[in-house]
Amino acid sequence: MNTKRLRILVIDRNKVRASIIEEGLRQGGDFDVIVADDMTRLMRHVTDADPDVIIMDLASPDRDTLEHALQVTRAVRRPIAMFVDTTDAAATEAAIDAGVSAYVVDGLRKERVKPILDMAISRFNAVDRLKRELESAKGELAERKTIDRAKSILMKSKGLDEQQAYQLLRKTAMNQSRKIAQVAESLVLAYSMINDEDPK
Amino acid sequence: MSAERYGRVVRAGFVPLIDSSMLVVAHELGFATAEGLDLQLVREASWANIRDKIAVGHLDVAHMLAPLPIAVNLGLSPVRADLIAPMELGLGGNTVAISLELAKELAEDERIDPNNPAANANRLVRAVLARARAGRPRLVFAVVHPYSSHFYELAYWMSFAGIALYRDVDVVVLPPTLMADALAAGQVDGFCAGEPWGSLSVARGAGVIVTRKTKIWRSAPEKVLGVRRDWSDRHPDILAALMKALYRAALWCDSAQNRPQLVTMLAESAYLDLPKELLGLAFEGGEGTSLATGEGFAFSSGAATFPWVSHALWFYSQMVRWGQIPFSDATMETARRTYRPDLYRSALGQMGIAIPTANAKLEGSLLKETAVGSSNGRLLLGPDEFFDGRVFDPDHVAEYINGFSVHTQISISE
Repeated sequence: MNTKRLRILVIDRNKVRASIIEEGLRQGGDFDVIVADDMTRLMRHVTDADPDVIIMDLASPDRDTLEHALQVTRAVRRPIAMFVDTTDAAATEAAIDAGVSAYVVDGLRKERVKPILDMAISRFNAVDRLKRELESAKGELAERKTIDRAKSILMKSKGLDEQQAYQLLRKTAMNQSRKIAQVAESLVLAYSMINDEDPK
Repeated sequence: MSAERYGRVVRAGFVPLIDSSMLVVAHELGFATAEGLDLQLVREASWANIRDKIAVGHLDVAHMLAPLPIAVNLGLSPVRADLIAPMELGLGGNTVAISLELAKELAEDERIDPNNPAANANRLVRAVLARARAGRPRLVFAVVHPYSSHFYELAYWMSFAGIALYRDVDVVVLPPTLMADALAAGQVDGFCAGEPWGSLSVARGAGVIVTRKTKIWRSAPEKVLGVRRDWSDRHPDILAALMKALYRAALWCDSAQNRPQLVTMLAESAYLDLPKELLGLAFEGGEGTSLATGEGFAFSSGAATFPWVSHALWFYSQMVRWGQIPFSDATMETARRTYRPDLYRSALGQMGIAIPTANAKLEGSLLKETAVGSSNGRLLLGPDEFFDGRVFDPDHVAEYINGFSVHTQISISE
């Protein structure tokens, strides 16, 4: 019984992340991985998958639904599922920090669960990092657009060329200890107010 | 910008619901700052998150379902924690809504008077039996959590007519924001949730309100301030300051002239992130669901923030009744020790407000607004009757439980 392949159910509305976690688990060990993203059939997923471990996004509003489903199915046939090892405070903290919640069938040995949880945590963190990188790339792109707009305002109203316009922005930013993008944003906003334009 | 500038930090978790108002207002309007606190609000998507994060210490205090700290202390949840509830966060606000299809089964013309829970429970049991005879699927009702006032109110109401949740009717748990959609989509036949979700179902033409919290048990508890016991022991002064700030926020929330501002505040994306019109429904009710005095949310009036030990024990009695915990003196003591009127009294005593002198009351014995013994001046408690006329005596919990004909089979040893 102890050596049977573990069945892991990954519940995530975010399909991309779910597949990243699935892939990690498949590479990391000999597991059966089942992915569910349809929350309206949560109870059915749990019953059908009959999982040993369930991984779920901590930010999901469906955790209460899942826990109740586990309680109810327990009454039918499964032993209680536990939040991962609450005696291991460090592991629990790491999971919560990464935004992972995990449920483990009672009686499953800790060393069998640990690699699964570690993998889930690292994949959640990786997805998070990707998201942050994407956001900062988006921000950078927006900044660049604002700077271009500010340059063209300066070129038009002061008769500067592009290089001079940029240098003026940079000098002003340095003098005021602000970022070029911030100076550009102020300029675009002020210009649009004076000229009744939409700053975008 | 040192931490001192903003005061002592309190990290408070909340679920975006109307009854998180006191925390939101204490933060937004400076009641917390005035008490020397830097109240940091952390929005959480589930009660499971609230529970886990307070257990590991990521949160110091939290907005909680009133029975939740009791359930956690009784070991009914997957994480261990020792919690206390030194304050309630107001009363009222839940409705039970059913689908139009089910409403037709209750009354041919769909005219259902939400003010008559007894008659509606009797109609419901006929529908349950008719469905069973016809071989139709069982009814499915949704609640927000198994350890919630919603669950116990729904169960109490239905049991009047002999219906037991799980045995006769299926139960699912859904986030309140999804309730109205689930009802409209036919995924559930009814639900018990805080407002505005019941009124929204009515406004959308998808449901009918069949009864409400205030009709099942008047002046009944809803949410509490949950606190880790060790945090409270280490920071009694911070907790007292927080409770004062929350009390001032409760007074502010109860003032009718502040309602529009409260609605605007709650509607913001950092809090409930919902349209103002929808939140208006929660406070005023809607077409055909308008609220009479005493039927809506109450934040401070009638000792609405006082953590009655009799509230804790009533929840305990229902946990036993529905088979969630076996009865024993030890588990009852755990439930009793969770609610802390002593801390409430020591924190708010200096404010010159009227605080009940008793820790517990006979729940269901006040049929009208009644003046009771209090520390400062006159204190009026609202009527607290149950719709079936029962009275809960917190000194005779076992007898109370045994007095119900509908419950899951338990053996009570005393």
